[in-house]
Amino acid sequence: MSLPDGWEMVIGLEVHTELQTKTKLFCGCANAFGADANSQVCPVCLGLPGSLPVLNEQAVELAMAIGFALHCSVAPSTFHRKNYFYPDMPKDYQISQYDLPINSNGYLDLPDGSRVTIERAHLEEDTGKSTHLGGSGRIHGADRSLVDYNRSGVPLVEIVSGPDMRSAAQARAYAAELRGILIATGASDGRLEEGSMRFDANVSVRRPGAPLGTRCEIKNLNSLRSLQRAIDYEAARHVAILEDGGKIRQETRHWSEDLGETSTMRTKEEADDYRYFLEPDLVELSPSIEWQDRVRAALPPMPAERRATLLTIVSEPTSAQRDAVGVIVDLQLDRFVLDAVAQGADAALAIARTSNEIAAGIDSLANLSLDSFVTTLQLEASGSLSATQAKTVLAEVLATGGDPVAIAAARGFEQLASDTLSDLVASLVEAHPDEWHRFREGDEKLAQFFIGQVMKATKGQANGKAVIAELNARR
Amino acid sequence: MTSAHDIAARVAAGSSATTEVETSLTAISQRNAELNVFLYVDEEGARAAAHQVDERIARGEKLPLAGVPVALKDNLCTEGIPTTCSSKILEGWRPPYTATVVERLLAAGAIPMGKTNLDEFAMGSSTENSAFGPTLNPLDPRRVPGGSSGGSAAAIAAGMTPISLGSDTGGSIRQPAALCGVVGIKPTYGLVSRYGVIAFASSLDQVGPFAANVADAALTLEVIAGHDRMDSTSLPETSPSLVAHLKDGVAGRRVGYVKELVDGSDPDVAAAVAAAVEVLRAQGATIVEMSIPELQLGLSAYYLIAPAEASSNLARYDGVRFGLRVDGDDVAGMNEATRTAGFGAEVKRRIMLGTYALSAGYFDAYYGQALKVRTLTINAFQKAYADVDFLIGATTPSVAFPFGSKTKDPMAMYLNDVFTIPSNLAGDPAVSVPFGRGEANLPIGVQLLGPGRSEAGLLAAAQVLEDAERAR
Repeated sequence: MSLPDGWEMVIGLEVHTELQTKTKLFCGCANAFGADANSQVCPVCLGLPGSLPVLNEQAVELAMAIGFALHCSVAPSTFHRKNYFYPDMPKDYQISQYDLPINSNGYLDLPDGSRVTIERAHLEEDTGKSTHLGGSGRIHGADRSLVDYNRSGVPLVEIVSGPDMRSAAQARAYAAELRGILIATGASDGRLEEGSMRFDANVSVRRPGAPLGTRCEIKNLNSLRSLQRAIDYEAARHVAILEDGGKIRQETRHWSEDLGETSTMRTKEEADDYRYFLEPDLVELSPSIEWQDRVRAALPPMPAERRATLLTIVSEPTSAQRDAVGVIVDLQLDRFVLDAVAQGADAALAIARTSNEIAAGIDSLANLSLDSFVTTLQLEASGSLSATQAKTVLAEVLATGGDPVAIAAARGFEQLASDTLSDLVASLVEAHPDEWHRFREGDEKLAQFFIGQVMKATKGQANGKAVIAELNARR
Repeated sequence: MTSAHDIAARVAAGSSATTEVETSLTAISQRNAELNVFLYVDEEGARAAAHQVDERIARGEKLPLAGVPVALKDNLCTEGIPTTCSSKILEGWRPPYTATVVERLLAAGAIPMGKTNLDEFAMGSSTENSAFGPTLNPLDPRRVPGGSSGGSAAAIAAGMTPISLGSDTGGSIRQPAALCGVVGIKPTYGLVSRYGVIAFASSLDQVGPFAANVADAALTLEVIAGHDRMDSTSLPETSPSLVAHLKDGVAGRRVGYVKELVDGSDPDVAAAVAAAVEVLRAQGATIVEMSIPELQLGLSAYYLIAPAEASSNLARYDGVRFGLRVDGDDVAGMNEATRTAGFGAEVKRRIMLGTYALSAGYFDAYYGQALKVRTLTINAFQKAYADVDFLIGATTPSVAFPFGSKTKDPMAMYLNDVFTIPSNLAGDPAVSVPFGRGEANLPIGVQLLGPGRSEAGLLAAAQVLEDAERAR
C-alpha cells in the first residue's frame, strides 16, 4: 500500500528482543519460556526487600554481539532506574540503560540496498506478565489480575533505528533482516509468536523534503504482518487528518489486529515522568578490549553474507533465485543447501526445491536427511524422476522420513524406458505434422507442446528433458 | 556483660554456647518490655543455634564468634523470621532468604538473638519513627537512644548482647553509638555486603557493628566484611585484618582536628573532643587544626540524594506481592491505600521529597545539584587526606536528648546528623568511640574519620581513646 501522491511516510522502529541466555539479566533464575507460572523466580527478580541485581555476563556478550553485527561502537555504559508503578514490574522501576547505552551509532543494510541507521542497542530487563480476568479484560476494570513473574528480569536488548524508513514494506524488511541477524548472533530465537521480539513503530508523514511531521508510536506489535499493516493504517490516518486540515496529536497508540486499526493508549500530556537516575546497585559496565575482541571474533556470518555465499553456487542468478536464497537463509537452510551441492546435488535444483518444497514442510525437516535430499535431486537431474515426481517424493520423505528410492518405486515412478519414450515421441511426431514442422524450423516453443502431449500420455511419468533430447535427436 | 572475645574463647575451650544464650535471654527478658529494644526475640532459634555451635566446636571447627549472642537491626533479612523495618507495611513478612552479613555471622559461630527496633526504614535519628513504638535509652529511659539503629545500640548499652549489627546511611550507627555510650563503626562503602539489607538509600547504606569495646567491634567487622558476589558494589578485596592492628597506636600519625566537625556542638561535647585530641597528641600523633568548609554542605545534599534513592527503593511496597495490602477500586487505588496506611509520616515526607527532587524540570536544580555537592565533599576529603591520616570531631552535637524534643521540627532532627553525613557521601569509614561524659553524666561520642579502607588505623586510634577513657 502506498500513500496518496505528495505524501511520504517516515518510520523508525524500536525492537525489543529477549536474549537467549541461560539465566536472567540480574539473577540466577532460568530464562526459559513456558514454565509453570511463578516457578522461575527468586528474591531478586521478585524485587523482594534487600535483594540486589548482579549483571549476567552472557547477556553482556550477546548484547555486544548484536552491537558488532549492527556495526555499532561498544562503549562503557551505565544502568538507570526507570520509575513507574505497574503490578507486573516487581520493583516498580525497570533497570535499563539510559544516556550511556552499551551499543550506539551503527547501521543495517537491507537486501534492497537501502541502509537504516541504528541509534542505539541497549540492555534492559523485561517485566512479568499480567492476565486480567473478567470485566474489560484490561487492567482498568478487570475483576481480578494475575501476574506471572517468570519473565521478570529476562534480559532484553532494545534496538532503536533512526527515522530512516519510508514505507511499511521497508520497515517490515528491516524487521525481518534484523530478526535474521539476531538469530545468527545467537542472541534471540526469533520466535515472534512467543514474544521473543516485539516492535514499537514511530510513524509520521510529511510532504517530501519538508521537516519531520508529528509522530505517533504504535506499541507492542508482535508479528511482521501486524507491523506492516499497522504502519500503513497509521500513515493513512495521518494523511486523512492532515488533508482534512487537522493536526496530528503526539501520542502512543495501540494496534488491534482484529479491527485492523490503531487507537489512542495515552497522549503526550499523560506520559509518565520516569524520574530516571543512575542505578546505585550496579557499577559501570566497561567490557575490556580483549573481551570485545573475543566476542567480535566469534561472530558467525550474518544473513547478508550468507545470502551472498549461497548465490555463488549459481552462475547467473535469476531474481527468483535471489528471492529463494533469501527464504533459504531465513529458514537457516543455507548450510544444508551448500552441503547438498558439495555432495553432488545440482545447485539450481537444490535452491528451488529447498525454497519451495522443503520450506513448505519445514516443521518435519528432521525427517529429511542430507543423503535423501541429494539422492532425490540426483534422480531428478538424471531424468529418472520428472520434476513433478521429484516434488512428490520430497514431500513424502519430509512427511514420513522414508527412503526416496523406495518411495519412487512404491509410487510407480519407474523411469519410462527410453525405447518406450522413443516410440511415443515417434507416434506423436506423426500425429502432429504441423507442430513438428515448426519445431524443426526452429520454433523452440513447440518443444513444450510435445512435452505436454507426452505427459498427458504417460500421466506425468516422463522426464521433460528426456523428451527434448528425443525430439532433438529426430530433428 | 562479658566481651565477645572472652565468650568466643571460653566456648572454644568447651564451655557450652547454651550458657551464653541463656544469659542473653535473661538480660533481654529483664528489660525489653521497658526499653523496647527487640521487636522479635528468637528464643527457639537461638537455643538451636547454640547446640549447633557446641557441635561444631566439638568437631574441631575454629569459630571466631563461637557462641557470641548478636542482635540484628530489623532491616536485615532473616529467613523465616519477621523482618519489618519497623514499618506496618512489612508487618508479618518473613523473608525467604538471609542477608549475607547474617550468614557470615552464623558461619563464624555467632548466635542471632532477634531483631532490634529502628526508625521506620532507617529514616530518623531517635527511633521515634518506629511504627512499633520508640526504644528507650538504657542509660536514661526518658531519653532517646539515637537512631536509626537505636535498638542495636541499646542492646549493647543494656547488656543484652555483646555485639550487634546496624546500618548507617547518614549516621545511623555512629549517632546511636554515641548516645548509648558504645562503639559503632560505619565501614568503607562496599566493604560489607548489602545483599539482604533492606535498602534506604543504596549509594549511602552500609552495615556495621556495635560493641561495648573497640576490639569486639573490630572482630565483628572482620567477620562480616569482604567481597560478596551477590552485591555488585561490593569491593573486590577480602576482609581486612583489624584486631591484629588494634595495638598499633597513633605515634607518627597526622590527625586533622576539623573545625566543622565540632562547630555547633554543645560545650560539653566540644570539650570532650578537645580532650581526645590531647590524648592522641600525648600518644605521639601530630595534630593539624583544619577547616573543611565543604562538610557543611553535606546535610542539604544528603537530604536530596537519600530521599531520591529512597523514593525509588520504597516503590516496591505496593501491596502486590508481600507485606500489607489494603484493597482499593483498582490496582492504582490498592497501591495508594496500601502505602497510605502502611508508611509513617517521616517515610512519606522523604518519598515525596525524593520524588520531587527527581522529577522532570526539577532534577538538575535538586538531585543534579546534590550530586555535584557530593563530588565537592569527596574532593574536600581527598584534599584533607593528602595532608593527614585521619580526622577527628564530634559524632553528634549533643548527648542523648529527651523524647519529643525534636519531633516537631524535622530540621532540628536532621541537624543531629550534620557531623556524620559527610562520611556517607564520600563512602569513607568512620568510628564513634565513647569518650568523656556530658550533661546528666551521659556519654559523649568522639568520631574518627579516615579515607577508604583505613579501618585498621581508625580502630587503632579508637583503641587509644578507649584505653585512655578506662584509665581515667
